[in-house]
Amino acid sequence: MKLWIAVGAASVLALAGAAKAEDLTVVSWGGAYTKSQVEAYHKPFTAKTGKTIVSEDYNGGLAEIKAQVEAGNVKWDLVDVELSDAVRACDEGLAEPIDKSILPAGADGTPASDDFIAGTNEVDCAVPTIIWSTIYAYDSSKISDGPTTMADFFDLEKFPGKRGLRKSPKANLEMALMADGVAPADVYDVLGTSEGVDRAFAKLDTIKSEVVWWEAGAQPPQLLADGEVAMTTAYNGRIFNAVAAEDKPFEIVWDGQVWDLDLWIIPKGAPNKEAALEFLAFSTATEQLAGQAAWISYGPARKSSVDLIGDYATKPGLAMGPQMPTAPANFENALQNDFEFWADNQDELNERFNTWLAN
Amino acid sequence: MATTMDHGEASGPLKAADGTPLKRKLAQAMFVSRMRALGLVAPLLAFVLAAFILPVIIFMFRGIYDDTYAARMPNTPALLADWDGASEPTEAMYAALVQDLIHARETREIGRVATRVNREFSGARSTFTKAARRAKNMEPPFKEALIAADDTWANLELWQGMKVAAQSLTPAFYAAALDHKYTGTGEIIAQDEERRIHVRLFLRTLEISLFVTLSTLLLGYPIAYLLATLSTRTSNLLLILVLLPFWTSILVRTTAWIAMLQSQGVLNDLLVFFGVAQDDARWSMIYNKTGTLIAMTHILLPFMILPLYSVMKTIPPSFVRAAKSLGATNWTTFWRVYFPNTVPGIGAGALLVFILAIGYYITPALVGGEDGQMISNFIDFHMRRSLNWSLAAALGGTLLIFVLFLYWLYDRIVGIDNMKLG
Repeated sequence: MKLWIAVGAASVLALAGAAKAEDLTVVSWGGAYTKSQVEAYHKPFTAKTGKTIVSEDYNGGLAEIKAQVEAGNVKWDLVDVELSDAVRACDEGLAEPIDKSILPAGADGTPASDDFIAGTNEVDCAVPTIIWSTIYAYDSSKISDGPTTMADFFDLEKFPGKRGLRKSPKANLEMALMADGVAPADVYDVLGTSEGVDRAFAKLDTIKSEVVWWEAGAQPPQLLADGEVAMTTAYNGRIFNAVAAEDKPFEIVWDGQVWDLDLWIIPKGAPNKEAALEFLAFSTATEQLAGQAAWISYGPARKSSVDLIGDYATKPGLAMGPQMPTAPANFENALQNDFEFWADNQDELNERFNTWLAN
Repeated sequence: MATTMDHGEASGPLKAADGTPLKRKLAQAMFVSRMRALGLVAPLLAFVLAAFILPVIIFMFRGIYDDTYAARMPNTPALLADWDGASEPTEAMYAALVQDLIHARETREIGRVATRVNREFSGARSTFTKAARRAKNMEPPFKEALIAADDTWANLELWQGMKVAAQSLTPAFYAAALDHKYTGTGEIIAQDEERRIHVRLFLRTLEISLFVTLSTLLLGYPIAYLLATLSTRTSNLLLILVLLPFWTSILVRTTAWIAMLQSQGVLNDLLVFFGVAQDDARWSMIYNKTGTLIAMTHILLPFMILPLYSVMKTIPPSFVRAAKSLGATNWTTFWRVYFPNTVPGIGAGALLVFILAIGYYITPALVGGEDGQMISNFIDFHMRRSLNWSLAAALGGTLLIFVLFLYWLYDRIVGIDNMKLG
């Protein structure tokens, strides 16, 4: 009995201690991505303010935040989310509104309101950090005269072999339309009509029998490395990481890339909101965003950061600038994921996509 | 002692030493021991109630009740309820809507309302948020003002979607779970062909579960027989071979199957080596239904073998000898004597495997590809991705009702008392 009391008391103390020990709990996607944030944001922040940060990993989605908010027991102070989830968190009252005036001006003096790339800083309760992109990649040791356009990805005659695609309508429908000859600027107009949706699915039909579906971002480089697929869509940072850190012979095709954002949100009722706001303003400043780009090939959301991007942190001499989705050469035929469109249509298109898959 | 004995009266019902009737005394004693027993199980009971039954009931309730709209829009729900769902919405409805939009924007709840209506009518989200931004500056007539802001407001289907969303106690989610649509006019109609997915998945879940149950039975029966009849030394070794995978993490076993069955995997390499398969046309055995069936059969096999084994262990070998000495053939001995004795084990194993299989989730998610997914994967999808917890609750509720029905059916046909776990 005494032992149990002692154990109970110790665990209560441990819990209380755990709640006190850190000043901030920051949640992100783990792996190389979290590492880039720790190096560029967390360490300098702790050095500057003395506040300690606990970094937790999650798998995306809002389910955990929703559960915490609904139970009134919020443990997370700051969460890295995709744009569509940021919008939904805002819509569903799961995130605190953020006063954008706390964001510092750019290093070149541009006010924050003009410094973020157009169309990125428009959600009331989120601040963008990076631009990532869905691209497609292939193994250049297996395909010598490689594909160059989005249409090539859908061309099974010219480039036979399996294709990897994310198991979600998002980005796939857009890419199918671009491969079918729709200009990036018109993609969402076409997709807004039922004929356009039919057209996108018809294009996907042409490769459906050869598709291997992936769900986690770590899968596509693995599928390529195993030779399971000839080419696959992927997040550009994952492919870069396989090339730069593991010397894989992968090539990225930037044509028809669909770019998107990751943003910080503060869950409603976060325990350390003040510190979270301080960290948020600090981490989205010009230097920090540029610093992160040394660790992973995701583009900073601020224009003023672009000129400060240096070399890959663990491989001096490998310039990171050209690896960014936003680098001019890569950005020519790019499409921004339209969160308004997806917020409006995701239920319907998800159902249709799932039904299409099951057939 | 003797004095207390003297207290007892000579006539009437039997009484205890202190004069209370023996019957009551017994009842008291029983009550105390019953309370003590209850006290012992009370922690477990309270735990199950608080940690399992209550949350399940609360979550199930979400499947039929959603007040997202009604709790945040004070004026329109009553008008929408009275509206017949077919005639042109009146100016009073438009005016009430503008009031509600202003209110919901002030309370910062417009997004939740918009998301709720968007589940009934795609595109409603942006229509709502856009109108809410402008609502404050709108002047009567509000109908024209709203339609000028966005002509979707003239669409009757949007209003019908609002009528559905405004009704808190609603069959809409259970209808959606069965590929139907609850319309604003109170009917339930079939969903568009290209969006019918759930019934198909329920059927596939049933099919996969039945197949896995059957294949574990066919594979497990001979193994259990060997375990029960071989010498202790050999059977112990065999038992360890059965238990070892049973103790291994389900994730490890599933990933092992990926390494075995993928197109560059061990089995395909062997097939190519022996010339059974062509190198450029390797067999696809994983990321599809085949993969789900193989991995699930393997993972659930011990749940079939162990009940079978424990039942077979209790069948005296003399039964078989007696049958044979009476002139029965091997087959007759098995079918008329041995097999009927194993039926309780089959019942237990089959029910165990089937019920575990019908809610299986991780394995199909990892190896199921597109046609090996089960209904639990879609419950997960709506929990984590689409955040449509009401639909997730309705799907889960439907699955629960379905399992209870099968359980009832099993009880009627086989009889639940006829089951033996050991």
